[in-house]
Amino acid sequence: MKDNIVSIKDISKSFPGILANNKVTFDIKNNTVHALLGENGAGKSTLVKILYGILEYDYGKIIFDGEKFSPKSPSMARKLGIGMVFQHFSLFDSLTVGENLILGLDEKISFNKLKNKVEELSSKYELPIDLEAPITNLSAGEKQRVEIIRILLQDPKLLIMDEPTSVLTPQEVEKLFITLNKLINEGRTILYITHKLEEVIKICNEVTIMRNGKVVETCNAKDESEKTLATKMLGKKLPEIQKSNFSEFNETTSFRVINLVKKYNDPFLVDLDHISLEVKEGEIFGIAGVAGNGQSELMSFLTGEDVIKNSSHIEYFGKNISNLGPKDRRNLSIAFVPEDRLGHSAIPQLSLLDNVLLSQYAGNNYSKWGIINKSQIAKKTNDIIKNFNVMTPSSENYAGSLSGGNLQKFVIGREILTNPKILIISHPTWGIDAGAELAIRQSLINLSKKGTSIIVISQDIEELLEISNRIAVIYKGKLSDPMHINNISIEKLGLLMGGKFD
Amino acid sequence: MNIDLIFSIINIVLIATTPLVFASIGELVTEKSGVLNLGVEGMMLVGAVTAFVTLVITNNYFLTFLFGMLSGLLMSSLFAFLVLILLSNQVATGLALTIFGIGLSSMIGKKYIGTPIEGVNPYYFIILSFFVVYAVNQFLYKTKPGLILRAVGESHISAHAQGYNVIKIRFLSIAFGGLMCGLAGAYMSIAYAPMWQENMVAGRGWIALALVVFATWKPGRALLGAYIFGSVSILQMNLQGFGVRIPAQFFVMAPYLATIIVLVIISSDRLRIKLSAPACLTIPFFRGR
Amino acid sequence: MINIYPKIISRGHPSLLMTYLAPIIAIVLTLITGSIIFSFMGFTPFFALHTFFISPISTYYGVSELFLKATPLALIAIGLSFCFKNNIYNIGAEGQLTMGAIFGGGVGIFFYNVEGFWLLPLIIICGAIGGIIWAMIPAILKVRFNTNEILTSLMLVYVAALILDYLVVGPWRDPDGLSFPKTRPFNDSARMPLLFEGLRVHFGLILTIISVFIAWFIYSKTMLGYQLKVAGLSPKASRFAGFNQNKLVYITFGICGALSGIAGVGEVTGPIGLIYRDISPNYGFTAIIVAFLGRLHPVGIIFASIVIALTYLGAEDAQLFMQVPQAVGFVFQGLVLFYLLGADLLINYRISFYKRSLINEH
Repeated sequence: MKDNIVSIKDISKSFPGILANNKVTFDIKNNTVHALLGENGAGKSTLVKILYGILEYDYGKIIFDGEKFSPKSPSMARKLGIGMVFQHFSLFDSLTVGENLILGLDEKISFNKLKNKVEELSSKYELPIDLEAPITNLSAGEKQRVEIIRILLQDPKLLIMDEPTSVLTPQEVEKLFITLNKLINEGRTILYITHKLEEVIKICNEVTIMRNGKVVETCNAKDESEKTLATKMLGKKLPEIQKSNFSEFNETTSFRVINLVKKYNDPFLVDLDHISLEVKEGEIFGIAGVAGNGQSELMSFLTGEDVIKNSSHIEYFGKNISNLGPKDRRNLSIAFVPEDRLGHSAIPQLSLLDNVLLSQYAGNNYSKWGIINKSQIAKKTNDIIKNFNVMTPSSENYAGSLSGGNLQKFVIGREILTNPKILIISHPTWGIDAGAELAIRQSLINLSKKGTSIIVISQDIEELLEISNRIAVIYKGKLSDPMHINNISIEKLGLLMGGKFD
Repeated sequence: MNIDLIFSIINIVLIATTPLVFASIGELVTEKSGVLNLGVEGMMLVGAVTAFVTLVITNNYFLTFLFGMLSGLLMSSLFAFLVLILLSNQVATGLALTIFGIGLSSMIGKKYIGTPIEGVNPYYFIILSFFVVYAVNQFLYKTKPGLILRAVGESHISAHAQGYNVIKIRFLSIAFGGLMCGLAGAYMSIAYAPMWQENMVAGRGWIALALVVFATWKPGRALLGAYIFGSVSILQMNLQGFGVRIPAQFFVMAPYLATIIVLVIISSDRLRIKLSAPACLTIPFFRGR
Repeated sequence: MINIYPKIISRGHPSLLMTYLAPIIAIVLTLITGSIIFSFMGFTPFFALHTFFISPISTYYGVSELFLKATPLALIAIGLSFCFKNNIYNIGAEGQLTMGAIFGGGVGIFFYNVEGFWLLPLIIICGAIGGIIWAMIPAILKVRFNTNEILTSLMLVYVAALILDYLVVGPWRDPDGLSFPKTRPFNDSARMPLLFEGLRVHFGLILTIISVFIAWFIYSKTMLGYQLKVAGLSPKASRFAGFNQNKLVYITFGICGALSGIAGVGEVTGPIGLIYRDISPNYGFTAIIVAFLGRLHPVGIIFASIVIALTYLGAEDAQLFMQVPQAVGFVFQGLVLFYLLGADLLINYRISFYKRSLINEH
């Protein structure tokens, strides 16, 4: 048996305008958990897609299991003994678990034989699944189980796991780690892609750190601490966030949701189940939860993109605003930033200037009798660019040409500059670089200090713990009671995220 | 009403409905893979004229239907090349295919208007149409290639990540749609009419597209829907025969109005349409990233 | 073994140059294909292309005919551009044109023996209303019942044609007419004024030019134009902005119906002067090509309408002088659209040629 199961040498891959992988070189030792650590956009995903045959590399060489390796397709990679668990699951939502498993297999198999094999695997690894269930009915953790079983059916030597814990509750994460241990004990190798430092130290043997498409270093995980890893991953030390003083927010309730109920009868949407919440002036109210538990549905009611037609109530300083659309809510000084900046809170194909108009067309003097006044908007656009340090050649550039972090700073800046009384924001730092992340969190805290109430919906527990005054958890369309930041534990949050409401 | 009349009505319904069955089952397979081909009308016309001209020249029925189907295949391949390789907008490309097909068929067929031919017995094709629907249903829901085809229509990203060749599978699905539309057209000019006339498909291609929606993308329901439509259009002819005093134009309108009404009824259940339509319908797939 | 092969690569963002170059590429490719087709038919390409594209417009009369045909095409295409920008695939403009002709023409027939300066404006307004009514059906069905507008608007083309057929064969048939089904002729004050003595190009051209200007103004300067742009690019962002999407569906369908209806009026009160069965050689469908070829831009639509109008004239001449069926014009129109849709790839992607030996090697 060889020492290294994979040797990656000088792999390069470019996309228009980006060198996603720049002479990436490292080895993965046999029968280890090897971490690939890096920020969003560091080039990790590109590299694993190359290993799994989804993308072809431009230059370089890969040795897998002693042989030269250049997979043209995932099925070729699977045949050679590589399996992959995707971050955004590669399952077919409207098909059943069984159908999905059949699709993941290259050889022909009868349904009964499959059933036996699956039963064997599920009991061995403690991964219970129901073959008849449609994927849409499964939770994120269950979907991941299906993916893992699908890969184990192929009996792979190397398992690639792309950010496997990003959608799991802390308890589910523990279970996943147990499964990973079993796989290692059987002699398999795991390539573990993550940007979470503690996971690297906890379960990985070796770690390769990537930054800007290049390998920074490959080292022994046990010799590292979270601090040293962070420095290597980010390249420079980031300033600490200046926390707000939690006792500062006052007692006036600015925004209330009372008994929000919505039934969709749609397996792709989550019903909202008697959601109530209250936000005080100057407070940051965090809503935690695993993705797909009703966050986007709740968001659409908070913004007014959807309006309720039952006894549910949304109040703004005591005024019922349930029936108002986004425009009327904005006129009352409520601002919103939905999660998706490419096509929801901003339009990538339009200029920054046109994107300012998107949420600011009403109540400003940007148009008169329906005719647009460009120079007024241009002034505002440049204000946003300057105040929020948005890196762009000009206000006429396409929003889509900005990096994720810059565009997000721009979108949030657009809303903050209106000095809203309420800001409702979903996943404010999703998929952006650490510098922009810090700037955005800081600007939210600064805004709250001026008396603005902020509701932050986020999957990122660390983020919520860092900026919120109180946190509630959403699970299957239900919202837990909020907890004050001073008497919260990760464990308690985890239990709530897994649905263990008292 | 006597037995003979009932039999003759059933007879006419069977003959009139068959092209709708072929065209809609072909389009259904195409749409199941995630591609909307609005060129059905154009492909049927080209199939009809190609078959007609072949028959006049060769007097060979086998070649007639073979070339009719191949012409549909050729048209659909043109469409497939544009939408799959050149990533063009499916709606616009489908419209272009229909406009092109209308022009091409009238150009080729100009000389042949009024040429007499000996038609072929439609019953072979009626039986074939039932068999095709059955076979497509078995294929889609009982075989692995059928499962792959549906999977591609549900999520081409996942299908690609699983290693399936999305472009190839879609190409084949579009090609099958083309073959069926060519057959439907050939049937119209050789067995149903039998003659060639400009624009003789008269909107049946569009009705076939509506039938796929009506069927909520299920083969058996497409067959059922086709027969409901066939019956409605025959009924109007017979009412005319019974001397109901309404101008002829309003009877001819019946299938078009019926299409609208049926679409309204089916589509107003938004959730049902959303859940049964292939999730990737009309969304282009680009492998590069 | 071929060791150079093409690869399609995303540009990142759209190329403005290619947006305007693609239609020209499409026209050139169509001409090349046309020459090949004609040489297969036994004509020398130069003679054929000259007959098709040059000789029809080598007289003043020919140029007038060109603008006569471009008028309805451009007018409808402007209307369609509103719908297409909003991602509404209204392909029933032909039916809306027919209804415009019925409503406007109906007024003309009703007042067949009454003259007055008010008559033509009234006819035009009624024609627009007819087109709007017909366009509102798919609009309402889409908004209220989620019904696919492609299929409903198309079905309504057949229905409108049958209503027209019923009217000219039945109640509106000219009592003095012979066997050919047609209505009474309109009186002179119901006709579109001619722009030049002895040529058929008429006042409809002026209406078209005004519409082009208004459309350009709406698209580039107004909130309505902005809303259309947003709705077309991302319905989700439009909802976030708080734009009323249903209202936009009604407005765009309404504008398209009105302009198509006026185009219908232009046909019956312009060159024809009465109503009969075949008032339009598929202008409503061909305008779809004009709209795409003109990039949904008002100025582009003017150029595109002239190019496509030429295929109508060319096809007429080809039939006269080359005994080629007139339908060849539609074939050319289809080809132009195919090439355009293909060439549009270059807006968002570029094509690179790789040497195979470079791939995967050190």
